[in-house]
Amino acid sequence: MGRYIVQRVLAAFPVLLIVTLISFCIMQLVPGDPAVVMAGPQATAKEVEQVRVQLGLDKPFLTQLGTWLYGLLQGDLGRSILLGRGVSQAIGERLPITLTLALLSFLLTVAIGIPAGIIAALKQNTWIDQAVMTVALIGVSLPNFWLGLMLIIFFSVVLDLLPAGGYVTLSQGFWPWFKSLLLPTLSLGLLQMGLLARITRSTMLEVLRQDYIRTARAKGLPTFKVVAKHAFKNALIPIVTIIGIIFSLLLTGSVVIETVYSLPGLGRLLATSIFSRDYPVIQGGLLLTAAMFVGINLLVDVLYAFLDPRVRYD
Amino acid sequence: MRHRLFVTGLTLLMLMVLMGILADLIATHNPVQVRARFRFRPPSLDNFFGTDNFGRDIYTRVVYGARLSISIGFAVVLLTAIAGTVIGLLSGYIRRLDNFLMRVMDALMAFPTIILALALAAALGPSTINIVVALSTVYTPRVARVVRASVLVVREADYVQAARAVGASNLRIMLEHILPNSMAPLMIQLSFIFAYAVIAEAVLSFLGVGPPPPTPSWGSIIAEGKDYIREAAWITLFPGIAIAMTVLGLNLLGDGLRDVLDPRMNVDSR
Repeated sequence: MGRYIVQRVLAAFPVLLIVTLISFCIMQLVPGDPAVVMAGPQATAKEVEQVRVQLGLDKPFLTQLGTWLYGLLQGDLGRSILLGRGVSQAIGERLPITLTLALLSFLLTVAIGIPAGIIAALKQNTWIDQAVMTVALIGVSLPNFWLGLMLIIFFSVVLDLLPAGGYVTLSQGFWPWFKSLLLPTLSLGLLQMGLLARITRSTMLEVLRQDYIRTARAKGLPTFKVVAKHAFKNALIPIVTIIGIIFSLLLTGSVVIETVYSLPGLGRLLATSIFSRDYPVIQGGLLLTAAMFVGINLLVDVLYAFLDPRVRYD
Repeated sequence: MRHRLFVTGLTLLMLMVLMGILADLIATHNPVQVRARFRFRPPSLDNFFGTDNFGRDIYTRVVYGARLSISIGFAVVLLTAIAGTVIGLLSGYIRRLDNFLMRVMDALMAFPTIILALALAAALGPSTINIVVALSTVYTPRVARVVRASVLVVREADYVQAARAVGASNLRIMLEHILPNSMAPLMIQLSFIFAYAVIAEAVLSFLGVGPPPPTPSWGSIIAEGKDYIREAAWITLFPGIAIAMTVLGLNLLGDGLRDVLDPRMNVDSR
């Protein structure tokens, strides 16, 4: 199994390399002169030149790439033009909030999505199945930022129970912190819940058709044990591979949810920096989110091998 | 009744498409005309969905918005279908290209979709074409993967071996044998991509890099309405419902296609 892990890690490197290149090249895509774009329309020629030097744009492409890569290896992602801080610093301040939101949404998604899918599979074609799947389908079809706005309208404007936005740190009290994160978590997690429920259901259905389930039932095992011990464990394997995708969806969703609820997280930082053409932040942020995704997938691959002994490159 | 999902989805989708096509006929007002006297009117018989901060009729804007939002989705589907099929075919059939192409596809898929689309759209500049290009770039890897998987299977089939034995050129084999037999998973994936594209366009518009004003798209209407949810919640409510119905129809279509074409296939992952 150690060999498998090493091979998976090695396989991730080319992907990371290309990811790094793509992150860097986004800036090169900008039509016209990035220095002009960043200095702004009112800048004088001298100010534009200053920005150009500051960004290192006066040097050839490969030199720029090399400088950035070199900085990367030392953990330096450059300086943000607009925030006047190091990119790593800006990201570091905001990452915990996004991770908190992602983790809470993930927990909610798993806590509701998987049981819903299992129940729907066990009660296939009954009204319970139809109901769960309909809700899941609607969840997958609703735009999450619109849902966020609707939740704000209902819980904040109409009922005045929850805040309409803004982040309250944990140090200011558990309940205020929780209330500020409740609606964002719901908005972010609903889509994933629907997706997970659907996939869990179809995977369970596949597994429940298998011969070894019939054997277990014929042996006289109670249904609960059949489901929990045999069916679920085997269904878990494909479900686990979806976790990487769910994480990516959470990161994607965080960009817009954090904007809707005015949470100072990584997603919102990316959105505002993209909007204001703060390219060092964009590059660093892109690289970081993609690297996180590659890392999570690596973990999922290892977990997958752990769960299914057949998958170990023998 | 295997076809029930498919038909329901198709009907729903066609309804929304018709709404866009017949916009001139079923709209009640002018979608871009500013009428300051009529600001923030709640839904009524005059204005089915109310008016916005410029006094524009929301119902009309939603109806016209269907055109832009659905066309963008369709354009993305076309572009990803072509690009993804080419890449998938080449990758699955020519082993030497496979490794390299798939690594690039993996790398593109490593970026969360909206973030990559946002970065691309912002880099290229706000215009409808650029959004289509950005979204197509983001979703092509998924199509390429699906096509490649089919190609890998079909490649080993007897009729392909026979064609090769008779001396058919690689191109001919690819176009006449492999491609037609890889269509089913491709169609299913494309209907989901249509759905993702419609939502993604809405998100991009919401975040400010959508099609430029004053042309209404569902996402831009929601974006304009978000500053006024206290006074006029109806601005954000109705375009969202339109999006949800379109996407629901597309999801049902994809599910239905899957049931019709291959009921034993595993549920698609995003």
